[in-house]
Amino acid sequence: MSFPSAPQAEGHAASLAENNLARVAQIDRSLRSPVVLLTVLAALWLVLGSALALIASIKLHLPEFLNTETLTYGRVRALQQVALGYGWSFNAALAVALWMMHRLGRVELRQGWVAVLGALGWNAALAYGLFAIALGQQTGVDWLEMPREVGPVLGVSFLLVGLWSVVAFSRRQTSHVYASQWYILAAMFCLPVLFLGAQVMLLWFPARGAVQAIASGWYTHGVVALFLAPIAIAALYYVVPKVLARPLRAYYLAVVGFWTFVLFGGWAGVQSLVGGPIPVWLQSTSVVAAVMTIIPIFITAINLHGTLAGGWSRVWRDPVLSFAGFGALCLTLSGLVGAFMSTRSVSVATRFTDFTVGHAQHVAHGFIAMALFAVLYYALPRLARREWPSAALIRTHFWLCAPGTVGVVATLSVHGWIQGAQWNAAVLTPAQIAAASQPWNVAVTAGSLLMTLGHLVFCGHVLWLLAPRGERRDDSTQHAR
Amino acid sequence: MKNLHLIYAGVFFTLVFSWGGLVLSSQVQQAGLVPAASEEGSALYPRRPSGAAIQGKDVYISQGCVACHTQQVRPAGLGGDIARGWGQRPTVARDYILQDRLLLGSLRTGPDLADIGGRQSSDDWHYLHLFDPTLTSPGSNMPAFRHLFELRRASATPAKDVVRIPATHPHAAPAGQEWVPTERGRNLVAYLRSLRLDYNSPEAKLKE
Repeated sequence: MSFPSAPQAEGHAASLAENNLARVAQIDRSLRSPVVLLTVLAALWLVLGSALALIASIKLHLPEFLNTETLTYGRVRALQQVALGYGWSFNAALAVALWMMHRLGRVELRQGWVAVLGALGWNAALAYGLFAIALGQQTGVDWLEMPREVGPVLGVSFLLVGLWSVVAFSRRQTSHVYASQWYILAAMFCLPVLFLGAQVMLLWFPARGAVQAIASGWYTHGVVALFLAPIAIAALYYVVPKVLARPLRAYYLAVVGFWTFVLFGGWAGVQSLVGGPIPVWLQSTSVVAAVMTIIPIFITAINLHGTLAGGWSRVWRDPVLSFAGFGALCLTLSGLVGAFMSTRSVSVATRFTDFTVGHAQHVAHGFIAMALFAVLYYALPRLARREWPSAALIRTHFWLCAPGTVGVVATLSVHGWIQGAQWNAAVLTPAQIAAASQPWNVAVTAGSLLMTLGHLVFCGHVLWLLAPRGERRDDSTQHAR
Repeated sequence: MKNLHLIYAGVFFTLVFSWGGLVLSSQVQQAGLVPAASEEGSALYPRRPSGAAIQGKDVYISQGCVACHTQQVRPAGLGGDIARGWGQRPTVARDYILQDRLLLGSLRTGPDLADIGGRQSSDDWHYLHLFDPTLTSPGSNMPAFRHLFELRRASATPAKDVVRIPATHPHAAPAGQEWVPTERGRNLVAYLRSLRLDYNSPEAKLKE
């Protein structure tokens, strides 16, 4: 194994020869259909999912709001989970991974139509799954809410898209291998194993009783820690050095960060079951793994914050960097909170409460979504060969989503802590606890509203950028950098 | 780290190792777990639920009840589950062995339901609670499940099936009509009442 001493960034675009620029423009052209398709669908799911999250949040303090069977709270929650998890996060992660792997490997995507087919299959299956949930066919299994017949279609579609990231790596034209590439490879290798294991042991041939809880914990933790998070880390490792044009602070540590991340990510899944009907040694092992996750968290923190240090003035001015900087901050914070809340004494207070919801939102919206936004803001103008129509809209998106996320996560965390104390004290009745949660639930709705508006701005801006207009310059290579 | 096969093998085996350690080992360990009697000669638990309860579980799943309700009781000392009377003993792996779809849940916006059939053993309470949760639990933010009820002509139903909604309620039945649970509503209540933690298990005894 050798570690390239060259910067993570591919080097300054200005220093590249003209034919190099032409080459990059060619690569972008080959990626346009699948990446743009995945991004547009991701943005649409994001708006739908945020709207559903907003409805669910309102229902907590106004139970009669839209109270029909199709939109009963338990269904809206499942719909929101699928729309945001598989609709937004997966589509955006696949788009970003596809683009980065071909850019970093300096290869064109040859069989783009296969990836387009996969994207269509994935999203058609999701649409079917959402209708099925709304009509009462949900499974009741976390992160696998859609009926089981959707599973094989999702699996095959995923392979049709994800495959090309691996192909791009094996056909790469560069001698350096970047940390971003390992992380994306790991994500593409892990997801099929996780998905197959979970589908089989939870939906097709259910494991014995409580073993399902273990398989479910392994999957739900894995899908975030071993698929979405690695792609988001790859996004940050790509975009931060690239925009700042400086190398990662401690590149040699990244390889340790990578392997510890994969190891502990697999084992930490059951830490959320402390006190549950599963063997105690498993709970302890998982808690240890979850706490050890701070090792890769520290390493990514050293690399990302170390690289950003001194460039903070640019972080506030550069739209890509503001999303990346916020995402990096949330990666570190949510990673530390995750390790903290997995310990037995904290878990007793926070388990089953809004604290865990707040942590999930911290990871999903604070870290993963922000990292994906950063790369999308960087990549889309290059794919569309046109600048973003409005810098103000990008700032609006950021200043709606960042405070919205902070507000939602802070409210849920504080409320979760109070809620846990109330449940554990066994003084107030459940209805009294629900009544006491009303102001907090209203505050979460306010934050969700900000985020929904921000996502609407993002989606509208993406469609505006891509809308057919006459002014596109096809021969230009200016966007190739 | 440049070798694709090396990265693939490393990631694959690391992940499969965790699957083997967490999931497969538990499956092997629990394969021999069967319904058991806590004492020689007593009945075997857990028991198979009734047909109505099995169909009611499907209603529970389709309404997404698991979003807010858990079905697991932690041991005394880990939270207030026992102190709240959610069960007289913690739930153990054997309690779940007959379940093809486990509904442990991960969030308690409402109370735990592992022993709801033991706490609330009257059909009437459950019907009122599902029709409008604030009738039985003032302050509750649980949604009403009126779609599990239907209006019938007053004389057409046996009196025992009628859900007695107060006349002042905004959704009170119009004159000459009465609210009765639909078949799904009845099944759901049968399921909820089947959730009981009232038996000894070799691993966890009820408190005296």
